[in-house]
Amino acid sequence: MRAVLHAGGFCQHDDDLSNGPAGCPGGGIGRRNGLKIRRSQGHAGSIPARGTIPFDHCMLTVEGLHLWRGDRHVLRGVSFSVEAGSCALLTGRNGAGKTTLLRAIAGLLEPEEGQVRWRGIPARAQRDAFHAELAYLGHEPALKGDLTGQENLRYSVGIRRGVAAAEIDAALARTGAAAFADRLVRALSAGQRRRIALAGLLLLNASLWLLDEPTTNLDADGQQLVADLAAEHLARQGLIVAAVHHSLPLPADRLLGIELAA
Amino acid sequence: MKTPAVTVAWLVARRDLRLAFRKPSQLIQPLMFFMIVATLFPLTLTPELSRLRDAAPGVLWVGALLSSLLALEFLFREDAQDGTLEQFALSGQSLTWMLFAKTCTHWLLTGVPLALAGPVVAGMLGVPRPALGGVLAALALGSFALSLIGAISAGLTLGARRGGVLLSLLTLPLAVPVLVFGADATQRAILGDGIASPMYMLGAIAVFGITFAPLAAAAAVRIGLE
Repeated sequence: MRAVLHAGGFCQHDDDLSNGPAGCPGGGIGRRNGLKIRRSQGHAGSIPARGTIPFDHCMLTVEGLHLWRGDRHVLRGVSFSVEAGSCALLTGRNGAGKTTLLRAIAGLLEPEEGQVRWRGIPARAQRDAFHAELAYLGHEPALKGDLTGQENLRYSVGIRRGVAAAEIDAALARTGAAAFADRLVRALSAGQRRRIALAGLLLLNASLWLLDEPTTNLDADGQQLVADLAAEHLARQGLIVAAVHHSLPLPADRLLGIELAA
Repeated sequence: MKTPAVTVAWLVARRDLRLAFRKPSQLIQPLMFFMIVATLFPLTLTPELSRLRDAAPGVLWVGALLSSLLALEFLFREDAQDGTLEQFALSGQSLTWMLFAKTCTHWLLTGVPLALAGPVVAGMLGVPRPALGGVLAALALGSFALSLIGAISAGLTLGARRGGVLLSLLTLPLAVPVLVFGADATQRAILGDGIASPMYMLGAIAVFGITFAPLAAAAAVRIGLE
């Protein structure tokens, strides 16, 4: 039995969530040992997005994830849920399991116990459909040093969806990477690479963003850019799960703080 | 709209080709290795062509196998290190197709040059001119089978810290049938016999590889990414 805290109060529900997203409305977060609740605000109002199609009602639910890395019990029953238009910020010390949790949500790591649900259906049962709606920005920007920024995006986004060169250029301009997008990535600084990776993130058109330290290596401008992009994504009813050391300046009513204890 | 699997495979292949031509050293290295190994035999064994001819199938195929093991290390390693493989696995597209494309491109970039160098090396070892076509055909088909088999072990050793040795240990037993039939085909070509039967066997291994290796490699890579 697990208690899930909602914006409107407490609701209790057992492990069977087969009735789908309706079974747990609102951006609530659960509580287990190893997990502290800081703030919980659900039900982000539907803000009309400008010129973009909002994503349909999606919801990510993480249920009692237990994960071991070697002989270390890293995730000890992590439960929370994020709904369309809200962002879960994972905080915690180095080694607290932020990256592990993100990778487990993405399906790169198999949890020993618990599961991740997307739109109410276990993510593992619909892996390709789930991945098609997911964008994961990890520690590594996944760029090839011997290709230019544009070429990198043409291939990395191209395998997901057909993308026109103009669209790539627009995204690169949006993230302030237009000036160096035609240079080989190996000649770029880490912050510049990060900006190209952010352009790729935008181009994937995914509803769920999993961001691992998205502001790493970025200057003050770049950090603001990440916050702006995140806010726009939330306004489009997108979802974000981000591991951060410093909080992202996002509207408080859309944020969900999750502190992982080491 | 989701990109069709064949388009995805084509994009992956084009990307690898472009990368390979920007950094040709990785391609030349296994080829040079093959040439050097084969050149050492006339120096150490005997310069007598008739005796070299007897050793030629062995020299060619051991050289080809070792060279393709060397090349296998480059198959997934860089993509694993820079996070590309992770993005492939999370793309919602068929990882099997992507890895199949990568493996075929890898063969195109390492196996085909090896097969083309085969007749040159064979000529040096005293293999008669009419046999050179058979040498080339056997090496081309054999190296394709080796690439497919190697893709599985390359996927399996992704997570290993020092994967190189493990990769060789895993691949060698699986590669023995290719070695046996390849050397047999070369031997028959030198003697002027028909090479059809060992070629059928190599073809069968390649077909088996096309069918199962990409699936197995995809499963192995997903495990390796953990």
